[in-house]
Amino acid sequence: MAVILSEEQLMLRESAQTFLADQSPVTRMRELRDAFDDTGYTPEIWKQMADLGWLGILLSEDHGGSDMGVADLGVVLWECGKVLAPEPLVSALLLGANAVRLSGNQTLQKDLLPAVAEGDRIVALALEETARFHPYNVATTFSGGAISGTKIHVLDGHVADQIVVVARTAGNAGDREGLALYLVDADAKGVSITRNRRMDGRNAATVEFDGVEVGADRLLGDADLLDQVIDQATVGLASEMLGTAEEAFERTLQYLKDREQFGEKIGTFQALRHRAAEMFSELEFARSIVRDALSALDEGRADAAVCVSAAKAQASKASRLIGAEAVQMHGGTGMTDEEEIGLFFKRLKAAELSLGDETYHQRRFATLQGY
Amino acid sequence: MADLEAFKEEVRAVLAERLPEELRKGNRSDLPHDLLGKWIVEMGDRGWITPDWPTEYGGGGLDREHTAALKAELKKAKAPIVSSFGVSMLGPTLLEYGTEEQKKEFLPQISKNTVRWCQGFSEPGSGSDLASLQCRAEKEGDEYVITGQKIWTTGADRADWIFCLVRTDFDAPKHEGISFILFPMHQEGVKVAPLTLIDGSAHFSQVFFDGARAKVSNVVGPLNGGWTVAKRLLQHERSTDGSSDGGIGGAAKESITDFVKRQVGLENGELADPTIRERLAAHEIDKRALSLTMRRAVEEARAGQRARDIGSLGKFRWANMVKNEQDIAVDSSGSQGLGWEGPGYEDAQIERTKKWLITRADSIWGGTNEIQKNVIAKRVLGIPE
Ligand SMILES: Cc1cc2nc3c(=O)[nH]c(=O)nc-3n(C[C@H](O)[C@H](O)[C@H](O)COP(=O)(O)OP(=O)(O)OC[C@H]3O[C@@H](n4cnc5c(N)ncnc54)[C@H](O)[C@@H]3O)c2cc1C
Repeated sequence: MAVILSEEQLMLRESAQTFLADQSPVTRMRELRDAFDDTGYTPEIWKQMADLGWLGILLSEDHGGSDMGVADLGVVLWECGKVLAPEPLVSALLLGANAVRLSGNQTLQKDLLPAVAEGDRIVALALEETARFHPYNVATTFSGGAISGTKIHVLDGHVADQIVVVARTAGNAGDREGLALYLVDADAKGVSITRNRRMDGRNAATVEFDGVEVGADRLLGDADLLDQVIDQATVGLASEMLGTAEEAFERTLQYLKDREQFGEKIGTFQALRHRAAEMFSELEFARSIVRDALSALDEGRADAAVCVSAAKAQASKASRLIGAEAVQMHGGTGMTDEEEIGLFFKRLKAAELSLGDETYHQRRFATLQGY
Repeated sequence: MADLEAFKEEVRAVLAERLPEELRKGNRSDLPHDLLGKWIVEMGDRGWITPDWPTEYGGGGLDREHTAALKAELKKAKAPIVSSFGVSMLGPTLLEYGTEEQKKEFLPQISKNTVRWCQGFSEPGSGSDLASLQCRAEKEGDEYVITGQKIWTTGADRADWIFCLVRTDFDAPKHEGISFILFPMHQEGVKVAPLTLIDGSAHFSQVFFDGARAKVSNVVGPLNGGWTVAKRLLQHERSTDGSSDGGIGGAAKESITDFVKRQVGLENGELADPTIRERLAAHEIDKRALSLTMRRAVEEARAGQRARDIGSLGKFRWANMVKNEQDIAVDSSGSQGLGWEGPGYEDAQIERTKKWLITRADSIWGGTNEIQKNVIAKRVLGIPE
């Protein structure tokens, strides 16, 4: 049960900080957003992340990876969150490629994962169909060897080479039984992808599947696989969003020490001091509980799912508070597009609502705990 | 030092043999008195009440790892543990600031839990602004003569001794004229008047000193340097591992989850009231986050990874957590959460109602939540005042 970082993780963190400080200022994300280019991230940086070994952290050595853990990837994601790096680490690694990695389909693994580690292949996950997250709300069908249905909020779906599709072979939307995950080529006949432009500058897509034919050899697994993938991605996302929350908090704290009104630093006002202490406590609670969830996953603890929901609930709570207070404490400046704090605010909201918000995870936590 | 695994084995064996079934309920107020008394004597003899103190002062002489292992085993066995003013606050403070004579005189009694201590800090005019205290001590030969009043003194009516803050220099700035002094409660010149609190309990008192006497040799730390000693003691008072979830009254007999399940009922495996269900889940998550954070505080400090003092969050977040638990409990009972005594209410409901009342104190004692946040903003976050 690790709540502190290992020596190796401290080194990983330091190298991530050095790389990102050098290559990825927050201005990069802003430029990408404004340019609205085809990728939405920087392919050269993605390639460098591959060279640093980040894209292969979870993959086995056979597949060109280093066989490390989700907790290690969490360290990298945390740092990426601080600089709002828009590279598809959660979407392509933890959602897409991870479904292949955790499946039993060795042929597809061999075919795909080494290219993922090299940064040459982007795999997205097409899961959600309803605006409020619930992983089993799937109506998309797999029947007669073909997939039909519409998926929304497919993170980085616009640049995917391949898409893991969650479809239903039996039952009704909402049922856990009857789900199956298939790997589909993004350019297969019957797939149409519409890019969605989001407030946080990141990208998602609406993906339609119109009788897309898929062979049995493309089957990855069922709801057990889905749960595993979602749990890992959820804590990965929680790590990233806490990096973002931490940076938003630090910038706000600095603002309290710099900005003057009434001839005093605004940080001298007790109304703000106490709220800063609240923000700090929520952030640190989130840091502890996310680290615990990461190690629960790597250790394969029996209650890992409980830890995951606890972590995302707390991370969402902290993010909501810190995002809101960051803007409020920056006053009018916080409302401008020019000031970077707004970029953090928007990203925090997007992450809060992705893969289940606080309420969703509280409810799941309750269900898993038998009430 | 014994190998850790062997040590744990040994502790488990002792617990299996010596700890009676009736006591395996954690720290509850309704444990059988005789058995509890015997168990505490046995704990004291083994040095288990203060496992990390040196053996010469009655401690267990254990290092950090073995202490942690012992505590974990005691917790697993739900053994009642002694946490008193002496064990958790005065003892560690004496270890640091006491003279050799003071340590030899007072620590062994604390480690055997044979002398009951109380804390004489707050006064009617000096609560959050503790350093403004007025209680006076004037030197007469080898004694100090003490005049003044303390208030909210927990356990004063049953205490044998008091550790007390008194003013010994009347002209110095307020922080610089205070001394930390020890004296017996059973003497002429000490009067105790218990106060009834909002839950009906009366464990707190006003204490009046009119010519009470303390030996000059029982000043702890430098004369007029008591503020530093007091601050350290307050750190011990505020430190929490986040694991005691009952608040000052101790844990309730039934877990909050079981209690709420009974009050609200389950429908299709879910609590029938969805709002209570979410509040309970939020509370349970908060409790986990708190105890993980307090563990991280310790581990980061040990590993030299500490960025900011996250232990400082413990007191106010713990207070919020224990209060919230009772909010949920009482709300889940509806009008059945309003009982005071007698027929018409379950014992468990009345217990929760009383706890709801008394836990309001958890954000007040030992420095209010507002004071905790002042300290965090200034010392931990470094925001200038
Ligand atoms: C159950 C219980 C047990 C106790 N046991 C003991 C004991 O054994 N020994 C002992 O010495 N004392 C004890 N106390 C006393 C306790 O330490 C004081 O009550 C506490 O420090 C607050 O002081 P006060 O009651 O005078 O409130 P005040 O200091 O008058 O505070 C009133 C309100 O003003 C707020 N406030 C005050 N200053 C500030 C500020 N600078 N910024 C923002 N808000 C502020 C407070 O937070 C509070 O909400 C106990 C108290 C309780 C409730």
